[in-house]
Amino acid sequence: MSFDVHEYYSKLNGGDVLVAFKGSVTTDLINNILEEIEEKMDSANEQAKIRKKVYNVLVESLQNLYHHVEELPEKLKTDFESKFGIMVVSRENEAYKISTGNFITSEKIKFLKDKIDKINSLSKEELKDMYKFILNHQKLSAKGGGGLGLVDIARKTGNKLDYTFQHYQDDYYFFNLDVFITEDK
Amino acid sequence: MEPISIEGTPKTPSVKFDSASGHIEIKGRSIPENSIEFYKPLVDWLEEYAQGPMDKTTVNVQLEYFNTSSSKCILDVFKKLEAIHKAKNEVVINWHYEEDDEDMLEAGEDYESIIRVPFKMIEIVE
Repeated sequence: MSFDVHEYYSKLNGGDVLVAFKGSVTTDLINNILEEIEEKMDSANEQAKIRKKVYNVLVESLQNLYHHVEELPEKLKTDFESKFGIMVVSRENEAYKISTGNFITSEKIKFLKDKIDKINSLSKEELKDMYKFILNHQKLSAKGGGGLGLVDIARKTGNKLDYTFQHYQDDYYFFNLDVFITEDK
Repeated sequence: MEPISIEGTPKTPSVKFDSASGHIEIKGRSIPENSIEFYKPLVDWLEEYAQGPMDKTTVNVQLEYFNTSSSKCILDVFKKLEAIHKAKNEVVINWHYEEDDEDMLEAGEDYESIIRVPFKMIEIVE
């Protein structure tokens, strides 16, 4: 049975949610979400340190989506807009949780899984070294991504990246990523 | 050389590059989806400035947020400054960070460890 993306989104969108969307990931959408989250955290009087971390991690998460959403082939697209992605920012047990999801083809899974597993295995110092190495040695792609987003997220949150790959149809999977921002990291 | 003066936007910083005074300033937010477009003219300007820089070049970087796409472009800017410094001109980079913003301080220290130019870490106290 294929993974039910809409149901998954509904579940994510059921808790203490600050911002949520599903649909086309565009520059305008990113701008609107960033503006909204900033207003919400301002009015909630969240401490500056946490506010900045959430904002930073959200920027990277959204831009990762923007750069990496995979277009579904026409026959599978029926239920989804082009450049389809989902994103939910919520509060869960004293933490901020940022969930993102997008379609991905099977051949990209191994690379991404290896990368996240590697990041999750590293200490704070090792992550810093990895970040600096990529910063100094890897060129920006034409799309503007630099391979630094996930490393940066792991560094800033100090938490492990939670992920799943759910089979959708044919060669297409849905990639879910959850990152947590906690108080004292 | 024409100075550069760019107003800030919610996603790009304000920029002031002035060859006559040797003052260079980048301030605000740098979170565009594609940062190359924004930074390329700045890197090109520095390339030209490097042909005849002032005895002393003072750089002020005061960013509230920057994304990883910008981080590479900022490194390119600093590499141009490193070349100016290497050619026996004085260059100092003042890296400003807000009180308690350890991530921004750490980001400055990352650059300091990569780029051979004197850095000064300046805490902005509100």
